[in-house]
Amino acid sequence: MTMPAPASTATVDLAARFPDVVQLDARPDYTGFIVEKDSLLEVAAAIRDEFGFDLLSSVTGVDYAPDKMEVVYHAYRTSGGPGLAFKVQIPRIDPVEVPSLIHLWPGVDLQEREVWDLLGIKFSGHPDLRRILMWEGFEGHPLRKDWKEGFYEEDVKPFKSRWPQGKFAMAEDLNPFGDNLTFPKNFDPEKWIPEGEALLYGALARYTVENEDGISSDRIVINMGPHHPSTHGVFRAVMTLEGETIKGLKPVLGYLHRNHEKIGERNTFLQNMPYTDRLDYFNSMTNNFGYALAVEKLMKIPVAERADYIRVIVSELSRIQNHLVFIGTLLNDLGAMYTPSLYAYEERELVLDVFEAISGSRMMCNYYRFGGVVRDIPDDVMQKIKDLVYERIPPKTDELDRMLSENEVLLARMRGIRMINAEDAVAYSITGPVLRAAGVPYDIRRADPYGIYDRFDFDVAVRYNGDLMDNYLIRIDEIRQSLRILDQAIRQIPQGPINSQKPAYQVRVPAGEAYGRIESPKGELGFYVLSNGKPNPWRYHVRAPSFVNVTALEKISVGTKIADFVVLLAMFDMVMGECDR
Amino acid sequence: MYGKGILKGLGVTWKRFWDTYTEDIAWVLRGKKRYYTEEGVQHRSSKDQKGIFTVQYPEEKLIQPEESRFLPFLVYNKLPDGKREILCTSCGICPKVCPPQCIWIVRSNDPVTGRPIPEPTEFYIDMDLCMNCGYCAEYCPFDAIKMDHDFEVSSYGRNVYDMEKLLKSSEYYKSIRPLNYEREEAARITEAEAKKAKEAARAAAQAAKPANPPAAPTA
Amino acid sequence: MDSETFNLPQYEIPEDLRHAVAVTTLDRLYNWGRRSSVWPLMFGLACCAIEMIAAQTARYDMARFGMEVMRPTPRQADLLIVSGTVTKKMLPPIIRLYNQMPEPKYVVAMGACASGGGPFKEGYNVVAGIDKFLPVDVYIPGCPPTPQALIAGLIKLQEKIDKQTIKEASWYKRKVKDPNYVPVPILGPDLIDPRRTADIKAAAAQKE
Repeated sequence: MTMPAPASTATVDLAARFPDVVQLDARPDYTGFIVEKDSLLEVAAAIRDEFGFDLLSSVTGVDYAPDKMEVVYHAYRTSGGPGLAFKVQIPRIDPVEVPSLIHLWPGVDLQEREVWDLLGIKFSGHPDLRRILMWEGFEGHPLRKDWKEGFYEEDVKPFKSRWPQGKFAMAEDLNPFGDNLTFPKNFDPEKWIPEGEALLYGALARYTVENEDGISSDRIVINMGPHHPSTHGVFRAVMTLEGETIKGLKPVLGYLHRNHEKIGERNTFLQNMPYTDRLDYFNSMTNNFGYALAVEKLMKIPVAERADYIRVIVSELSRIQNHLVFIGTLLNDLGAMYTPSLYAYEERELVLDVFEAISGSRMMCNYYRFGGVVRDIPDDVMQKIKDLVYERIPPKTDELDRMLSENEVLLARMRGIRMINAEDAVAYSITGPVLRAAGVPYDIRRADPYGIYDRFDFDVAVRYNGDLMDNYLIRIDEIRQSLRILDQAIRQIPQGPINSQKPAYQVRVPAGEAYGRIESPKGELGFYVLSNGKPNPWRYHVRAPSFVNVTALEKISVGTKIADFVVLLAMFDMVMGECDR
Repeated sequence: MYGKGILKGLGVTWKRFWDTYTEDIAWVLRGKKRYYTEEGVQHRSSKDQKGIFTVQYPEEKLIQPEESRFLPFLVYNKLPDGKREILCTSCGICPKVCPPQCIWIVRSNDPVTGRPIPEPTEFYIDMDLCMNCGYCAEYCPFDAIKMDHDFEVSSYGRNVYDMEKLLKSSEYYKSIRPLNYEREEAARITEAEAKKAKEAARAAAQAAKPANPPAAPTA
Repeated sequence: MDSETFNLPQYEIPEDLRHAVAVTTLDRLYNWGRRSSVWPLMFGLACCAIEMIAAQTARYDMARFGMEVMRPTPRQADLLIVSGTVTKKMLPPIIRLYNQMPEPKYVVAMGACASGGGPFKEGYNVVAGIDKFLPVDVYIPGCPPTPQALIAGLIKLQEKIDKQTIKEASWYKRKVKDPNYVPVPILGPDLIDPRRTADIKAAAAQKE
């Protein structure tokens, strides 16, 4: 049985270094430090440079209605170890304003825009503070506690209208606008002038440039997406081109913004579990893991020993199928239409068969419960897992490797095309395979082990060129390392109960905050869960690797050819469900 | 040599293509049918699969594991007189635990006693909200709501299921989830026996009572 | 389709000609051609799109139904599979794609989200069902529908195509205005459906 890791504040004493402006967060079961707003930049610089927390992993806001708001930062060291949380509190009077950290950590760019969009906290000094998930002109900031959407029914679930007098009614019939809509009083749609995208295009580089000979030439603006076969979902990139070279680029997100966090704050803790499946819909097994970790930390409950092993087994299987699909779709983007991806999907189907047999669903597994998992792995399925791990996946991975890695076309397209260097990757808060391919051996399974990952012997896959080829090869390396972990887990798995708790549909979660993070196949997946002792979380934030990684897209793409952009984008292995949430 | 890598890769695809036919021949030599049989489908979903991977739906179907879940349904027992005994008692756990809140239950009261009638008066599930998470089946204390295996439910209109559409017999449930059914049945039998034993004990105690009437209070 | 299903039952064909001759109607031939070459738009929205891709891959192989040619451009597509949650922000591009598709065109709402909003229906950025804007032909429940369920739904669509007749096909009729044209919604303080501006104005005036 493993107890959840105690919420650690690392070993630094920030309050001693800045006695006047920093205090320890003394609320029970809270961790970290509260920093005065005016000294945030100074303290943050010290955190980065003196204390060595070089990776600012997550930025989010909390609305402590009615009196104050808070911005929460989580910083980590790429050399490993526990993290440091620091917070800024501001009175909840508009305009709520906090200094932006973008000049210290450029990786906060999109996250600060998200906090502005959803919570209405302004970041002074941010050069391009536009809405990101919703559109310009949208009314209100949805994650504020006093903001209500069209289909608002009650603050928390379960709704009272469902039972015992649960007369069926469509939500549409209950809304004055007859749909999921809400407009301000006396709104006149005919007089509405859409804000359009002037701000977006204004944020891009200039349209007309003059070269040294005095000849002025126009730049072309290209919109790629949201409907484009190579954007892996509904991602949109707007770029200005000079010839074929990208001169400016802005990602446009929010086309799959499903209001995960707002719905998550209304759900009970248990009800959020199946919603996490739909974040990164390739890896519901790892998504569940992160959320379960966060809530178990809050509840301070141990995880059953066997369940811990099962969690590792399903997570690593999930990582394998994710990387296989990544390789398949990457080759699609490179023009090798279908064949590699068809082969990759075959192995994926076999892994999904295992998931279906143990959890019931191929993709949306909903397999974890607080304290363990929902169902044991029966012997016949265990045999199937062994077959896959020992007999099926290794030769098939080798086959894929043999088929692709020496292919001259592939080499010509990928070798030597730089993605990002180590320094920039850390500054931009990139995590996951892209960071490791740039030469930073940062893997949360090793750097800050969760679950029982500290018991396994495996190497952190790392490559040093930082080019596209390395980004591709590191996925194959990771598949092989996952197979190593699986081998050990299958041999060591004990018999026993699969949950330390009794099955219950209402769980008691004491007040406090927890940040549970795991190494998902895409990078660091973090869940920031805040409980006030009620059955529903007060704040539920997902630090999605796809979303944070895409911050660096502009930095990476500017200066490259547009044909390479498709491949650069593919390397992030984005999933829009997680990116837009 | 330039092009060696490409040739190597093409060799892999060629082998895949070829494997389908060698396997076909091997199955013929073994005197077995590879297509349109359960054995064939099973083999094509196993580690030994080679060459063709396709399961030709709708002629062949993938073998669904027992735990597989799609849409929820309500279970009823067929009584000998042809009536249906609905297992649901309108206890309200499934609408409470349902994450997207897609279950509506109307529970009515007995006009005479004023106490709630167990059988639901109305039971609606909006399948256009349902996320197939399986919580309703997992937390139902009466084994009254279960997850279905049937996925061929597409329609020309929206899918709001009322009780008539949701009800399926316990025989059907047994046919799709034999192991679960057995386990639940065994639990029900032990529970019934325990109840019976308890009742018998109480009856025995009561029967024993007149034999030992409480001693009359003496003055 | 073999000659058995091609033949009209009322015509007796001599035994020796049965494999060479078929008597059928133009409708049947026309629909057989259309139902066997439904080209979907290569258009994925969310989780269901992954199952749609899986349905294209080796195990399920939609090519067996003549549906393997996924067209990235709407100009060459017959079928819009709305595979996933439709958000308000994404709705205008979807409507534009639909309007650009040539007739005859079909819409399949794949999964709970596309059919009626799904688990995310209560969200502020989610459209509760694509059928509020587009005429949906087949609804496939499930979250997500498995690839087999998707294929079952597409077979249902084929049945629908079989029932249509060339005589009443709206796409050959001369018309001034395309009856299937859907005005593109506007992103305002919330989503504005141009067909409903009067309603919205009236309801907004009533709001306290």
